[in-house]
Amino acid sequence: MAKSLFDKIWDAHVVKAIPGGLEVFYIDRHLIHEVTSPQAFDELQERGLPLSRPGQILATADHNVPTRNQHLPIEDPLSRSQVDKLTENCEKFGVELFGLGHQYQGIVHVIGPELGVTQPGMTIVCGDSHTSTHGAFGAIAFGIGTSQVTQVMASQCLLISRPKRMRITVDGALQPGVTAKDIILHIIARLGTGGATGYFVEYAGSAIRGLSMEGRMTVCNMSIEMGARGGLIAPDATTFEYLQGRPYAPQGERWEQAVDYWQTLYSEEGAEFESELSFDAAAITPMITYGTNPGMGIALNGNIPVLGTDGEAASFDKSLAYMGFAPGESLLGKEINYVFIGSCTNSRIEDLRAVAAYVKGKHKAQHVEAIIVPGSKLVEKQAIAEGIDQVLAEAGFELREPGCSACLAMNDDKIPAGAYCVSTSNRNFEGRQGPGARTLLASPLVAAITAVEGRIVDITQYLN
Amino acid sequence: MEKFQTLRSGVVPLPIENVDTDQIIPARFLKATTREGFGQNLFADWRYQPDGQPKADFVLNNPRYQGQILLAGKNFGCGSSREHAAWALYDAGFKVVISSYFADIFRGNALNTGLLPLQVSDEVLQGLFRQIELEPETQLVVDLPSQTLSVPVWDATIGFELDAYKKECLINGYDDIDYLVSQRDAIKTYEQLRKWVF
Repeated sequence: MAKSLFDKIWDAHVVKAIPGGLEVFYIDRHLIHEVTSPQAFDELQERGLPLSRPGQILATADHNVPTRNQHLPIEDPLSRSQVDKLTENCEKFGVELFGLGHQYQGIVHVIGPELGVTQPGMTIVCGDSHTSTHGAFGAIAFGIGTSQVTQVMASQCLLISRPKRMRITVDGALQPGVTAKDIILHIIARLGTGGATGYFVEYAGSAIRGLSMEGRMTVCNMSIEMGARGGLIAPDATTFEYLQGRPYAPQGERWEQAVDYWQTLYSEEGAEFESELSFDAAAITPMITYGTNPGMGIALNGNIPVLGTDGEAASFDKSLAYMGFAPGESLLGKEINYVFIGSCTNSRIEDLRAVAAYVKGKHKAQHVEAIIVPGSKLVEKQAIAEGIDQVLAEAGFELREPGCSACLAMNDDKIPAGAYCVSTSNRNFEGRQGPGARTLLASPLVAAITAVEGRIVDITQYLN
Repeated sequence: MEKFQTLRSGVVPLPIENVDTDQIIPARFLKATTREGFGQNLFADWRYQPDGQPKADFVLNNPRYQGQILLAGKNFGCGSSREHAAWALYDAGFKVVISSYFADIFRGNALNTGLLPLQVSDEVLQGLFRQIELEPETQLVVDLPSQTLSVPVWDATIGFELDAYKKECLINGYDDIDYLVSQRDAIKTYEQLRKWVF
């Protein structure tokens, strides 16, 4: 029977099926960070269990770290203690750690791919819902809770049931100014924030194949925002070219063998999907969100819908009241206070290049605070090598040090209550960027143009 | 994990859809390195003013609604994978969350915490919201062995679905770790046989 990409990888990782539908599912790579791992390490020790496969775990500090003065001790005592605990646990259990100050430190979903740790055909988990990012390489990657982190530490396996399969095909050519971020915001706006719950999504079609690895990561990253466990894209020449020569990628003869295997990873003609959707790439416009979940998105020059269905009306009204917007209105002309460019969705070198290309020779609006946070030390280094840091400084943007930063307001970087922030991150939930903060999700290009104009504009007028 | 068999309790209604785990427990409260104490910050930004005073209009601050069952709008627990959300609900005394569907990761985290995610139809959910609004003191009975939710005031019993293995785990207070560790030999054999490691 014709097999899907998802089934090929999933089947290859089933250690054992148990009656009732659950499977003992093998995990190739386990990524950990300071926030969701301490309780798991403690649990392991309380039960007197060894760490099953320390060599298959990689750790970094990202959620809690400051993005200024990383060479100094972390000021916040709770954050410092959590980061210290990670260091202590990694030393005790023999786990490789890219902590603060390390040349490879960065956001866990940025460093895995850029180091070549993430490879096609793998199963990858992390105590973070945006683990779906790694699916861009043709891997089954998904976020897990801390109890499951403990399970993988103890056994290198999870006890889980197989999700349903969905394929989303995006065919055609993108309009100027439309990026990977707009594709995924468009899809989520159509499906809603729970529309893919229970599914694992394969993204296919010419518009997806035409994306760079960075763009594919942006798309897969936000799969969770429509409820999907994860998203993945069949590996191809773009994938192999990106991976070749990266520090943890296979070398020499092993590289050749790996590519031979990776080339078998695609959905065969006639493979079954429980749900299939298609989108016309040419119909996608630059997007922005207006509400408090990522499904509440509209075309940048469109209007906020007038009402949801009856059952949804109360939640919809609550959301608009929080944002300070009215049903049916346009966002064009709305003044913006903050622009945040960063997060595991859009903090890679391609994102920084897109911003720099637009803002070169321009300056941010006086009233806007524009923060740009590279996803990793390697991205930061590359940006400096290309002179992007200079371009940004001249445009009045502040280039920070790597971390999750204002995506989740758990570190020092927060947006004040009531302020509007155009953000390249993945979540516009109430308070996500700080209590009372109002988040509008958009692409790095939209964010850059907004920073310069100081208000929401129809970006198609600003492209040359 | 504590055992769960039967619960008779009042209900706390939260008729909001797509409640995300950032609302259940905001990220700034995730800095603890133990599992305890998250309950005091459950729904922190809906529950407290910036100065820490309770917000009178939030249901957890309303003495009319008491109980260990949270009744919530569809797609409860979407967003971040933080298990702290399930810990916070459990720590605050909740044993059951009823909704018309749950986000996948939250559902798994709840089951691993000993908190029962009980899924009902949209129709039943709306009926329950109306019932609690009319009679806030309404009691519900959740019986896990028979997989039923009873609404005595309606004289009705509604079945709910749950994976048989997960049900056994909840009833007996087991978690997945013991089972997975017992599979070590099978896992080792799998590791020796697989070919696609480069």
